[in-house]
Amino acid sequence: MTTPNPQLDAQGRLKHFLTIDGLSRELLTEILDQANGFLGVAQQAVKKVPLCRGKVVANLFFENSTRTRTTFELAAKRLSADVLNLNISTSATAKGETVLDTLRNLEAMHVDMFVVRHAESGTAHFMAAHAAPHVSIINAGDGRHAHPTQAMLDMLTIRCHKPDFSQLRVAIVGDILHSRVARSQMIALKTLGVPDVRVIAPRTLLPTRVEEAFGVRAYHDLSEGVRDADVVIMLRIQRERMNSALLPSEHEYFQLFGLTEERLSTARPDAIVMHPGPINRGVEMDSQVADGRRSVILEQVTNGIAVRMAVMSMCLGNQHLGTSPSQEEAAHA
Amino acid sequence: MLNAPRLSIRHGRLIDPASGQDAVADIHLAEGRVLAIGAAPSGFQPDRTLDARGQVVCPGFVDLCARVREPGHEQKATIASEGRAAAASGVTTLCCPPDTRPVIDTPAVARLVHQISKRHGLVRILPIGAMTQGLEGKSITEMAALKLAGCPALGQADRPVRDTQVQRRALEYAATFGLPIFLLPLDPELSAGGCAHEGLVGTRLGLPGIPEAAETVAVARDLALAEQTGARIHFRGLSTARGVEMLAEARARGVRASGDVALHQLFLTEHDLEHFDANCHLIPPLRTPADRDALRTALAEGVLTAVCSDHQPHDADAKLGPLPETAPGLSGLETVLPLALRLVATGVLDLMGMIERLTVGPASILERDLGRIAPGTAADLCVFDPDAVWTPSPATWISQGRNTPFMGHELRGRVSWTLLGGRIVFER
Repeated sequence: MTTPNPQLDAQGRLKHFLTIDGLSRELLTEILDQANGFLGVAQQAVKKVPLCRGKVVANLFFENSTRTRTTFELAAKRLSADVLNLNISTSATAKGETVLDTLRNLEAMHVDMFVVRHAESGTAHFMAAHAAPHVSIINAGDGRHAHPTQAMLDMLTIRCHKPDFSQLRVAIVGDILHSRVARSQMIALKTLGVPDVRVIAPRTLLPTRVEEAFGVRAYHDLSEGVRDADVVIMLRIQRERMNSALLPSEHEYFQLFGLTEERLSTARPDAIVMHPGPINRGVEMDSQVADGRRSVILEQVTNGIAVRMAVMSMCLGNQHLGTSPSQEEAAHA
Repeated sequence: MLNAPRLSIRHGRLIDPASGQDAVADIHLAEGRVLAIGAAPSGFQPDRTLDARGQVVCPGFVDLCARVREPGHEQKATIASEGRAAAASGVTTLCCPPDTRPVIDTPAVARLVHQISKRHGLVRILPIGAMTQGLEGKSITEMAALKLAGCPALGQADRPVRDTQVQRRALEYAATFGLPIFLLPLDPELSAGGCAHEGLVGTRLGLPGIPEAAETVAVARDLALAEQTGARIHFRGLSTARGVEMLAEARARGVRASGDVALHQLFLTEHDLEHFDANCHLIPPLRTPADRDALRTALAEGVLTAVCSDHQPHDADAKLGPLPETAPGLSGLETVLPLALRLVATGVLDLMGMIERLTVGPASILERDLGRIAPGTAADLCVFDPDAVWTPSPATWISQGRNTPFMGHELRGRVSWTLLGGRIVFER
């Protein structure tokens, strides 16, 4: 039995953006092309386009975030949408309100789109399954599952420097096990045709059967893993993973998996270095690399706004298209 | 039993695994017991005759694990609501785990469950007593008293004992009274926080995993303790190929261990979680297709001697949320027969073997004289149409818990009559 992709409408257009999984290369390329077009908006004197005027976007963050929430807010504002920021982690759920109650209440205020972050995998899918038909859900990170806009901004950043995905070697380094970013990146890279995707981590930070699950290769040695890589993506490592059963110390982690100029020497000379931020300097990488000539970390931030504009405008735009003219006529009759 | 009518069930295909009988035969009941099989005793005048032509007549099913949620969780289900579901499913005896509120750790609570079920008279409920007080895994319960109060076995529901010394002592004390111990083989630390099999699907979806070793570590520990203490243990709900392999090896050496499997584990796999279906959030988790196949083989070869519903009815809210936050378990009573028949259709078991694992198989684990048809035994019977096709829908679902992944799926096999102690407790 095949269940239709919950993020696409009957015509195969983007309705929600929940995960990269199940989306076609064509659709991902369309998102990147649209985002590319939005990059210019920030250069204009008036940094706005009227694409989503009259739409209401609610940022629903059940988990704290500054950077991601801010870029979503800016993206929505540049599309001329109205934005509500709700930091749920400190308000409603503390009073026992469920995810569904929160959704229903905001739907009653005629919100058109929810940007959701939550600590549990599957939250965005759950909300999409229960949202009113005219509402779109954008996943801004659910548990360890997916962070699709982060992955797409990374793809845009890669494409700006390395236009041909089919020729690339990409290495992802760090806490793959707990990372929704890595999961979305791996699926996006494979969908876009990258032949050689590697994950590099100690075994405690690699999920079971990662190679089979994502079509990647696992390495436990950093220099070996980044050899001839065109792109090196460093993941943020949570401080609470240290001094646990997962990792002994920051010291040993940096000694083995921290990125330095020396360890980067096996990569291609024109390799770029990425990080979703915020960086733990001296843990994931040293400052020389983070601020060095290969680092494209700040470009990622800029691209993040454009990608989020693309995804939001596509989903909101398709809401209009979702109603066929005959239905609209019937509604007016 | 008082008020039980004199009944004749005629023309049905009578299957009784205990005696090996499989033939079209009439059966005659009086005073709640089987009076005769075949020709009616001379002068027998039934109050009613049931025409079971084209149907199977077999012992009522014995379900080793079905939660009825009473006392304490009546927002999910009650003994009355789940009694109706059991009767409609052909289940005449069910064991309810001790994780009620209060916990079944005293004779008083065990008797309460017994009394309420007797009052409703829809299904015989045998409460599994708690092995440790409050299921806390620290101090053992008054096991002798629980046995006297009607508990056929003791267990820890889904809260395995962490302390291996406590586990050992509890097994020894239970062995004193010949009480079997039901154990969910799940290492509490290795499974902590997990909601899916640690494997391909869990990895792809980023669901916190429960590794195979969570089961095998527990199986290894408890087999070693059973061997050391001579206690009789029963693994309630095995889910892995390696787990059943270890059980088979231990049984071959004479360790007093048995095992069962929940019916859904024989059909669903980790792949059923791919769309975050909260009704497939189960403990133990749905494993790989290879595990499923190994469980089927173990069932066919008699390593596993019983199947059960592992019925866990929930209120709708318990399943409405991001998958890891939802309560695990599915409402399984009403799919017992159709899933068991699917084992026959797929060639895992023949009809006799399938019925055996729902009747004498589990009854012998409980060491109770149940699940067989012979003159003089209690007339607990199930009459079913193996070819009836139906589709579960919320409107026709009987259990208070509608949390089943089989809702809306076409099923084959439906109960026509259920008799408990000679009384018709369900008829379609």
